Amino acid sequence: MIKTDILIIGAGPTGLFTVFEAGLLKLKCHLIDALPQPGGQCSEIYPKKPIYDIPGFPEVLAGDLVNNLMEQIKPFEPGFTLGERAETIERLEDDSFVVTTSRGTKHHAPVVVIAGGLGSFEPRKPPIPSIEKFEDKGVAYIIRDPEVYRDKSVVIAGGGDSALDWSIYLADIAKEVSLIHRRKDFRGALDSVEKVEELSKIGKIKLITEAEVVDLKGEDKLEAVVIRHKGEAVEEEVKPTDSFIPLFGLSPKLGPIADWGLEIEKNAIKVNNAYDYQTNIPGVYAIGDVNTYPGKLKLILCGFHEAAIMCQSAYQRIYPEKRYVMKYTTVSGVSGFDGSKKEAKKEVVKSIN
Amino acid sequence: MSDIKITIIDREGEAHLLDAPTDMNMNLMEVCKMHELPVEGTCGGMAMCASCHCYILNKENLLPEKSYEEEDMLDQAFFVEDNSRLGCQIPITKELDGLELKLAPQQS
Repeated sequence: MIKTDILIIGAGPTGLFTVFEAGLLKLKCHLIDALPQPGGQCSEIYPKKPIYDIPGFPEVLAGDLVNNLMEQIKPFEPGFTLGERAETIERLEDDSFVVTTSRGTKHHAPVVVIAGGLGSFEPRKPPIPSIEKFEDKGVAYIIRDPEVYRDKSVVIAGGGDSALDWSIYLADIAKEVSLIHRRKDFRGALDSVEKVEELSKIGKIKLITEAEVVDLKGEDKLEAVVIRHKGEAVEEEVKPTDSFIPLFGLSPKLGPIADWGLEIEKNAIKVNNAYDYQTNIPGVYAIGDVNTYPGKLKLILCGFHEAAIMCQSAYQRIYPEKRYVMKYTTVSGVSGFDGSKKEAKKEVVKSIN
Repeated sequence: MSDIKITIIDREGEAHLLDAPTDMNMNLMEVCKMHELPVEGTCGGMAMCASCHCYILNKENLLPEKSYEEEDMLDQAFFVEDNSRLGCQIPITKELDGLELKLAPQQS
């Protein structure tokens, strides 16, 4: 069991900055994120795009903002559980919480902060009515272990990098690889597109373009896909296959948090913005893009503000008997849990003779 | 005021004749949100989520060409047709007065 003072769900800019504000109050933080790296959308979706409304930064790349935040919070030694999605929350008798992830990792903390942005990133599922029936029975959205496909027939759908790269990789392992894409154009690294073209010419990849999978067939497990050519229902083909792997990128979903008993409005968690951004569950806060209140703005800078306010409230919750007086970092410096100390240079008084 | 009129057919088939300002640096996705049509605009207009996916019913030749990002996103979207566009990539300009479009089905 991982123990911490503040458990933060979501390692985007707001979650990361919470570590700093909590650290100033000598509270330790641990972050959970479904993505394999910290930074949230800034790292996953637009690391190379500029942001112009971070106070004090006329222009900063989203990826650089994340790097800076990681540097800023380093003295406070945050823990990370990455690549795992927060699934369930349990309230203990002493009003503390246990949060368990998709891989069963348990986290215990008196305060839980949801800084989940738009939610966790999950694979986009094609709108095929029977697709859920075949999940783990021939249909997979993520390839965890390529060996599963050894000597099997595989149908991959999609036109981006992951569809191209996996087709190439599986061409050597699977019995047969078919790549289905709606258009003739593929968008990916030039190397990958050329390699697929080459493998297609020698028959290692069956390229099926201007087509899409519209239905799945099978009894207990997937046995065939129905391929529609050029959008015409008359031009349908039933192709026997052991597996179907649709690769259409990731999209954010609020996910299991929606079932935690929190008050939710339009995919966002309602909080008390007049005071401390606490949700309807005492001890559970929501900050950044994931929350909503009258006048809410989904801006990184607003998430930072909410983090600072929320940490004060969390401190009172954890130490009800203590009175905390807010201090300026310029005056008091920053003392890390790693023993580091940053502070403004002191003026010296020395007479010149 | 420099508004134009745009007709947006929602997912239930109901047509909405809406005013869209040309002087506020807005795009089609934002016009939908402004009028509280069920368009999420999840990614905020970066052509990265397809929640503003729509079908253009007229004046298609007056729209800006699709960028690499828009084509890329449409490749990953579903229910894509020849007249599919992402609303967030279409700025509101005077020429688009009388534009008609239909919202694409919501994606899972």
